[in-house]
Amino acid sequence: MKQKFNIIESTCVPLPYENIDTDRIIPARFLKATTRDEKFFGENLFHDWRYKADGTLDMSLEFNDPRYGGEILVAGKNFGNGSSREHAAWAIAGYGFKVVISSFFADIHKNNELNNFVLPVVVSEDFLSELFSCIKADPSTRVRVDVPAQTVTNLSSGRSEHFELNAYKKYCLENALDDIDYLLEQKELIEGYERLCADNC
Amino acid sequence: MKTLLDKIWDSHVVKVIEEGPQQLYIDRLYCHEVTSPQAFEGLRARGIAPFRPEKIICMPDHNTPTHDQDKPIEDPVSRTQVETLEANTRMYGLTHYPMNDPRNGIIHVVGPERGLSLPGMTIVCGDSHTSTHGAVGAIAFGIGTSEVEMVLASQCILQQKPKAMRITVDGELGKGVTAKDLALYLMMKISTSGATGYFVEYAGSAVRSLSMEGRLTLCNLSIEMGARGGLVAPDEVTFEYLKGKPDAPKGADWDKAVARWRNLYSDEDAVFDKELRFDAADVSPMITYGTNPGMGMPVDSRIPADADAGALDYMGFEAGQQLLGHKVDYVFLGACTNGRIEDFRAFASVAAGRRKADEVVAWLVPGSWSVMRQIQAEGLDKVLEASGFEIRQPGCSACLAMNEDKVPAGKYCVSTSNRNFEGRQGPGARTILASPLTAAAAAVSGCIVDPRTLM
Repeated sequence: MKQKFNIIESTCVPLPYENIDTDRIIPARFLKATTRDEKFFGENLFHDWRYKADGTLDMSLEFNDPRYGGEILVAGKNFGNGSSREHAAWAIAGYGFKVVISSFFADIHKNNELNNFVLPVVVSEDFLSELFSCIKADPSTRVRVDVPAQTVTNLSSGRSEHFELNAYKKYCLENALDDIDYLLEQKELIEGYERLCADNC
Repeated sequence: MKTLLDKIWDSHVVKVIEEGPQQLYIDRLYCHEVTSPQAFEGLRARGIAPFRPEKIICMPDHNTPTHDQDKPIEDPVSRTQVETLEANTRMYGLTHYPMNDPRNGIIHVVGPERGLSLPGMTIVCGDSHTSTHGAVGAIAFGIGTSEVEMVLASQCILQQKPKAMRITVDGELGKGVTAKDLALYLMMKISTSGATGYFVEYAGSAVRSLSMEGRLTLCNLSIEMGARGGLVAPDEVTFEYLKGKPDAPKGADWDKAVARWRNLYSDEDAVFDKELRFDAADVSPMITYGTNPGMGMPVDSRIPADADAGALDYMGFEAGQQLLGHKVDYVFLGACTNGRIEDFRAFASVAAGRRKADEVVAWLVPGSWSVMRQIQAEGLDKVLEASGFEIRQPGCSACLAMNEDKVPAGKYCVSTSNRNFEGRQGPGARTILASPLTAAAAAVSGCIVDPRTLM
């Protein structure tokens, strides 16, 4: 939920798989809730991946390994493709992640994360594969995400990269403001637009 | 020298935020029951109501059962979600096509068939397959629930303008090759992230030759290439399709609208950020073998040697394997991808004079009640019933299994829907995406068959 972003430094949970779709992040049968209950969605994050058919945790999945933890999820490229369900972002936020690092995000999911104060950080393939190696070798590997400076640093290797974040969204994240707060201030402008294009809209 | 995307997008920009997104005006917001309740809840928390209620159309489709729609939904959680949508539409006086209403159906089938989605519009819905509506020559894309709340609150959304891609397909699609096969072919070629960050305009003689139904199928699957959306410049096919639709402009308004729509095309010297060209003659009937829609191949081909091992393990297939003759347990005809009248005609053309294989469970689910009425008017229901098929009631159904139409774990389903993700059609379900022709061929044969051999 709405929170101010500045510097986040944390250990990471690795998910070294590509093309993780939003059906995987939260299966459709969990979408029947009518409230934004992040706790419920968080509990069911990656549900059918984390749990075997008999309901026990699949301990072969890195995500379930108790050595890994923290506020940063690190995932393979093309994270969040498929369905537009914002429930996926709610589940990630509800589980306790503040940052998702990947080399590539699907468009809609990336916006959904930002709208829920989860920061998607796009890094190079080299940065990502080195980070996966570092985490695997040492689960206490920490990453520092500096929002004002727009840098992400692997504190184990020292490698640091700049990440993209437009000035508007950065201001929103640093000040815990969302797009609706912004749009509600634009009413006159919107009505002006409607009058102008009355024939065309 | 503007692209079609530029023409529609730029005319809807209310404000450009410096070093930020653009504030885009939205002409049409569609809401279904799954991704809207938290947006309405958010409105109430802010103490506001929808800004332009007349531009909002709501209908349940994901949870609706495909039988006995005149009775209450049995699953209490699904029922609550559908009732919540109804309560929200009542509270704010929004247009609502409830379950079992003659206007109800899958939102992406209903919008175009009623003429609610029109050329030049900006259209959004909390559903990635909103890209479907781009087939009428509109900018249509899926959004998240927070963005639904933005549009409810202000009829605007903040978005980065996507880059423009043009995919030109020239030539003629062969016998037994449909728009669905073309889309699966494109995904096989460029992958499920090949168009991420782009809005795709489909062009070329093969696209021009597609019916409106075919264009809707093609645009529907744009999101599976990662694209924000896809669109086709409106032409006579578009105008012919929309003319006389219940919510399309009438009389003098229609003529005025068509005159305006004729300007909706990419200028000859328009520059696209990316251009791809394909030859329609290279496209065969396609099936998928893996767990994303980009893992596809011609139906008579072999699974690539370098196919993803995890995906093959889930599907119970092996690299190099040919799937012709492979046993099929379920067949699903429907979804916003292939639940329109042309899809039922195609399925019936293969099924006619043949019998459904005894061991196959077939779900034939029209995309809307309007499609259902057309099926009956053309007598396709009789043809299909004579072949041992039953037509169910409209909804999203087994595409994502939010109602009771679930494929059991380990079972193979040849499906005309849009996603073969792990667990999409039910936990452990194994989905093989295909066209209605290929689905029909599987349904009457009990196994994967090249539909051209039955035509």
